[in-house]
Amino acid sequence: MYKLLLCLRYLRTRYIALACIISVMLGVATMIVVNSVMAGFTTEMRDRLHNFLADIVIESRGTAGIEDAAMQMDRVKAAAGQYIAAMTPTIEIPGMMTFTDPWSGETYTSPIQIQGIDPAGKAQVGPLQDYLDSYNRILEDGVEVRPALRNREEPLGWELTAEGEKHFRMVQERNRLFLEDQQSGQPDPQPQDPQPEMESPVFDSEPVPVADNETPQQEPAPEPIFTNDDSQPQEPGGPLPARIYLGEGLISFMARNPETGRQQKIMMVQPGDNVILSTITAGTPPDVTKFQATVVDTFRSGMNEYDSSIVLMNLDALQKYRGMHLKNAISSIHIRLTDYSHAPKVLAALEQAFPPGMVNIRTWEEKQGMLLSAVEVETAILNVLLFLIIAVAGFGILAIFYMIVVEKTRDIGILKSLGASSGGVMSIFLSYGLGLGITGSAAGVFIGLLFVEYINEIEDVLSWATGRKVFDEKIYFFLEIPTHVNPWMVFWVATGAIAIAVLASILPARRAAALHPVRALRFE
Amino acid sequence: MAEILKMTQPLITAEAVSRSYLKGQHQVPVLRGVCLAAARGEFVSVIGQSGSGKSTLLHIMGLLDSPDVGEVLLAGSRIDNLNRAARDQLRNHVFGFIFQFYHLLPELSLLENVMTPLMIRHSIFGFLKRRREIRDAALSILQQVGLEHRLKHRPSELSGGEMQRGAIARALVGQPEILLADEPTGNLDADTGAGIMELLNRLNQDQGLTIIMVTHDNAIASQAHRTVQLVQGRIQAAGREITTDPQQSRTA
Repeated sequence: MYKLLLCLRYLRTRYIALACIISVMLGVATMIVVNSVMAGFTTEMRDRLHNFLADIVIESRGTAGIEDAAMQMDRVKAAAGQYIAAMTPTIEIPGMMTFTDPWSGETYTSPIQIQGIDPAGKAQVGPLQDYLDSYNRILEDGVEVRPALRNREEPLGWELTAEGEKHFRMVQERNRLFLEDQQSGQPDPQPQDPQPEMESPVFDSEPVPVADNETPQQEPAPEPIFTNDDSQPQEPGGPLPARIYLGEGLISFMARNPETGRQQKIMMVQPGDNVILSTITAGTPPDVTKFQATVVDTFRSGMNEYDSSIVLMNLDALQKYRGMHLKNAISSIHIRLTDYSHAPKVLAALEQAFPPGMVNIRTWEEKQGMLLSAVEVETAILNVLLFLIIAVAGFGILAIFYMIVVEKTRDIGILKSLGASSGGVMSIFLSYGLGLGITGSAAGVFIGLLFVEYINEIEDVLSWATGRKVFDEKIYFFLEIPTHVNPWMVFWVATGAIAIAVLASILPARRAAALHPVRALRFE
Repeated sequence: MAEILKMTQPLITAEAVSRSYLKGQHQVPVLRGVCLAAARGEFVSVIGQSGSGKSTLLHIMGLLDSPDVGEVLLAGSRIDNLNRAARDQLRNHVFGFIFQFYHLLPELSLLENVMTPLMIRHSIFGFLKRRREIRDAALSILQQVGLEHRLKHRPSELSGGEMQRGAIARALVGQPEILLADEPTGNLDADTGAGIMELLNRLNQDQGLTIIMVTHDNAIASQAHRTVQLVQGRIQAAGREITTDPQQSRTA
């Protein structure tokens, strides 16, 4: 009993013990906050990776692809139909995209990954609508600056929005005027554009993109079966048959607006513009093929890797331009399962269904294994480092306890003279350590969870205090900092901290127990 | 009383106790073969200069220290070579200590200080079960020493005499058989010291408590039944039964 009483009294009357409690508390709180935010980001990132990739991907080994999407999908359905929620055929092929930056007039070419998709099917496999610019309103600091251009109910397709159409017409008109000017030999290349320019301020007083009007004439026929006519608009002056959704990262950059002094996203290509895509044909050896495509929309999945490399394109046009002579050839099938936990079963069934060596069948996790394991390793290392913080707190407890033992030497002698055993004296200090650990951990858990709960408000205050954005939602594409509190993580952090506090008190406690009562009593 | 004392065997005996301490590299002998016995109900005072080893003798008899040579007997059986747990038990049940500097625990209130030996004696559950009993015992002891109005005070809020009376209460609450007092008046002024001595005398006479008291003050020592003088670790003058004046004998 006296152990408990003394232990509680020491806890209450030693202000130095507060230092131990605070150090344990800070360690625990830091670990909880960092882990929760890391887990939040990881979960969010996994979701994004996952959403873009679907659950299971069947890929052909060669660039020519596999024939007959419908037949292959029937095969998948026959093998594991009961587990499958949706699937969509896709062609994935690397390529290059050439476009003109209206700001500088320079022409850029960047490497891309072309994905031929059926948008309706793709939307069933992943939340494509959430990514497309025209389906989402644009917020700036929580204020809507542009409403959604398309209704959510509107099915996904390759049609331009009204704004895109307008922009397209304007560009066409300007090109026409420019060509006329050139043909009539006028020295001034500046077109006298009759249309109001505020439609598209990015084109203000810019020379007309060179590529847009010249390339079609230079473009060689990629395959004999396709004529140049194919790359021309179906109706004169209308959008091209090849339609694409562009990853936003490919065509945008951040720049400071000199007027407001804020970072702004500048789009170099807008829906309605034409760009040139080059890729390889399906032949052996492949040839280079290039064609013009009309940008229908831009998308942003939040995964920078995807946003800055992927171009989604209409499947049939890609098949045609690539000269895929197999009937309805595709290169992969994306499958979404009703429940991801069935993945191993489905994988096994699909392995059986396809002839060996024809395709690779992988889950999205296997496809992104490197990235996911890198994040895991990162989290683990961070945890080790953070646990060292608590270990430092442990050494603090050790030092402070030694001090308290020295200070309490006489009292220890008194207790022994009253018949307290060495074990009893030792347990006073052990339970003191336990008490500190529990108090510190409890406070740390409380503060940590509070911090996680109000992390966005705290971020606001920090941003305000430091004058710069701590967490820029434009970079991460989250409006808020994502957090995920794992109760087991909290439990283990708290337990670990308590264990360290107890471990740190063992040495001083043993010293206290070993004190000789007479020497302790003589101690002044 | 004198007859009874002579008939019974001594309650506690130190037999040829020697003890030396290591100071630096030298063995410094403190006790050189001291014999001291106290019968049940006897009040013995040990007198000596500083460094004569009188405190060490007390510590050895109270099992706070162990002799290099010699034995300590309690009611005829040797106790200095018992194991640690048994010695802890004896300290708790048989001996009560009071010290020159009172040695109350500063974090506890007076009542809690007095209850400490009983808290040590009982486990948490035992304590909670006997809580009222223990509290009553402590209260009645505090009443005996005249501190019933100071229960909630911390030692730092008490005067020297009050602290020493509190220490006596703490030593007595476990109903020990032997009270070992190490310079109980050494830190007090004459009047307060006299009050403490009066209290010890009363306890000795009313309850038959065996008291061994160490002091350097002849006047204080002479209030005991018997004084033993310790000079440089040896007993010089012993066995002098004094102050058994008729009045005291009658009251006993």
